[in-house]
Amino acid sequence: MKTLYAKDPDHRALNEAVRRAGDSVRITGCLGQRFIGAGMSGIRIEIDGIPGNALGAYLNGAEITVDGNAQDAVGDTMNGGRIVVHGSIGDAAGYAMRGGEIFVRDDAGYRAGIHMKEYRDKVPVLVIGGCAGSFLGEYQAGGVILVLGLNADGRRIVGDFPCTGMHGGRMVLRGTCGGIVLPPQVTARPASPEDMEAFRPYIEAYAALFGKEAGEILDSPFTVVTPDSANPYRRMYVEN
Amino acid sequence: MKLEGEVRIPSGCAIAAVIDRDGGMIPGNLTAEAMRPMHERSNGLGGGFAGYGIYPDYKDFYALHFFFDDRAARKDCEVFLKERFEIVKSEIIPTRKIPSVTDEPVIWRYFVDPLKSVLAAEQVDEREFVVRTVTKINTERRGGYVFSSGKNMGAFKAVGYPEDVADFYRLEEYAGYAWCAHGRYPTNTPGWWGGAHPFTLLDWSVVHNGEISSYDANRRWIEMFGYKCTLQTDTEVITYIMDYLLRRQGLTLEEAASVVAAPFWSSIEGEADQEKRETLTYLRTVFPSLLVTGPFSIILGFDGGLMALNDRLKLRSMVVGEHGSRVYIASEEAAIRAMDPEAGRIRYPAGGEPVIVRVKGGEE
Repeated sequence: MKTLYAKDPDHRALNEAVRRAGDSVRITGCLGQRFIGAGMSGIRIEIDGIPGNALGAYLNGAEITVDGNAQDAVGDTMNGGRIVVHGSIGDAAGYAMRGGEIFVRDDAGYRAGIHMKEYRDKVPVLVIGGCAGSFLGEYQAGGVILVLGLNADGRRIVGDFPCTGMHGGRMVLRGTCGGIVLPPQVTARPASPEDMEAFRPYIEAYAALFGKEAGEILDSPFTVVTPDSANPYRRMYVEN
Repeated sequence: MKLEGEVRIPSGCAIAAVIDRDGGMIPGNLTAEAMRPMHERSNGLGGGFAGYGIYPDYKDFYALHFFFDDRAARKDCEVFLKERFEIVKSEIIPTRKIPSVTDEPVIWRYFVDPLKSVLAAEQVDEREFVVRTVTKINTERRGGYVFSSGKNMGAFKAVGYPEDVADFYRLEEYAGYAWCAHGRYPTNTPGWWGGAHPFTLLDWSVVHNGEISSYDANRRWIEMFGYKCTLQTDTEVITYIMDYLLRRQGLTLEEAASVVAAPFWSSIEGEADQEKRETLTYLRTVFPSLLVTGPFSIILGFDGGLMALNDRLKLRSMVVGEHGSRVYIASEEAAIRAMDPEAGRIRYPAGGEPVIVRVKGGEE
């Protein structure tokens, strides 16, 4: 695997070198370079350091692993591939994501998974191992958002105003959702065995990636939140 | 001094700060390092710094930093200053000629002591007297702007990228216990010397990433109390709001934070602690026009500490880290790492949640 030392703050030069690196590359000394891996496919990228905003934006099949925290707008409008963050992640992760997977070992900031969407086999998945900030899944239109709250330690695992404007997709929260206030236009129900069959692979993938015990994570009630089709959002902004 | 500003450019801005809780000295160019990985958040139309504890030899005097259009403006302002202050020392602020910072105004500083006789005649306390004098100069004196007026602190700002501005002002020659920094990407207002951040009054300094939607509502309210918004940009109103709430109304920092970033009424109603609920209701009711809406992350510097605050929706990023006695705040984690690769305890304050860091022995 080729190693690139990211001494130049210019993201264009770095991305150019990544494109020339072949099918795998390790970036060391990363410090805030934006748009790493943007739009890329057919490459594995490992990052040592702090990648800048919009990591893996428009990602189109590439795999990115970060050995630490990531900043804002990870996987913005991502189309396919996988981003794995061995730490926490800033705001607006997976914004308008339309395919692929993001796994975050610890916490996500505000506005994770807002405006995620899906079409046929393009079903984006965002797995947050810790807690998520406010506005989680705002305007969610498709895909799966999973919050495990493994480091919650008594904290609420999701901040304020989750699922506002949600009209598609699934949000899966580990636990019974105590203290989380959901809008009346969505329904929350305990996960059924069929639900868990569908979501188990994501949790097993999370456990495998971060060296955790899937059985322990699964040994808990889960809550599934979906839009309430009998009570949709109507006239939220305009008469229609 | 150029007052340009015909163009409208999309958003950005970078903020960063560092404080040593033990009061240890930090060189003035450290926060410039934070600005390097965030270079693209600025566009070269403004950069600035505020340092605290930088004038120990003159710590009992107000340090007035001035931009003058020309020599005549300086002479005119000096005459006015001498009517109100004893000038203990006056000098050019040392700068370095560099190609990336041009068209600089005449930049001076004065260490001053208010004249007791004038204070007595105006029947105001010393700090109010300084505020009134600064406001008078900035509104009435042609070609003279006070851009820093605190004790043992100072602001340094210019049109340029912040890294270059630090170089221009030779900030490596200063040391202080706290520094705030800003890289500007002006959106709605001109990029000129007076419009660069930080915006200061007395020892308050504010650096801001964002855009104030409520600017005119805030300005109209605050101008009722003698403040004048003269610098053609939104952020200065936050400085005056902080001076009004903290100095004149005597609010705590936490209370001031919950005025400018007040929780939603629905959040206040859901507050379990009755006393807290009543306090929040009181503050929103008494100071409705000082709610600052729109996206912001700010760092407020003051004598003995810093406060970082996001708007209640957290529409701008803010990261906090620490190492030993030092606490770092920045728009991006990469900026913190640029100041200190060993910084730990990285955390992301919630919207409206103030992060207050004081130097030991500072006022509570």
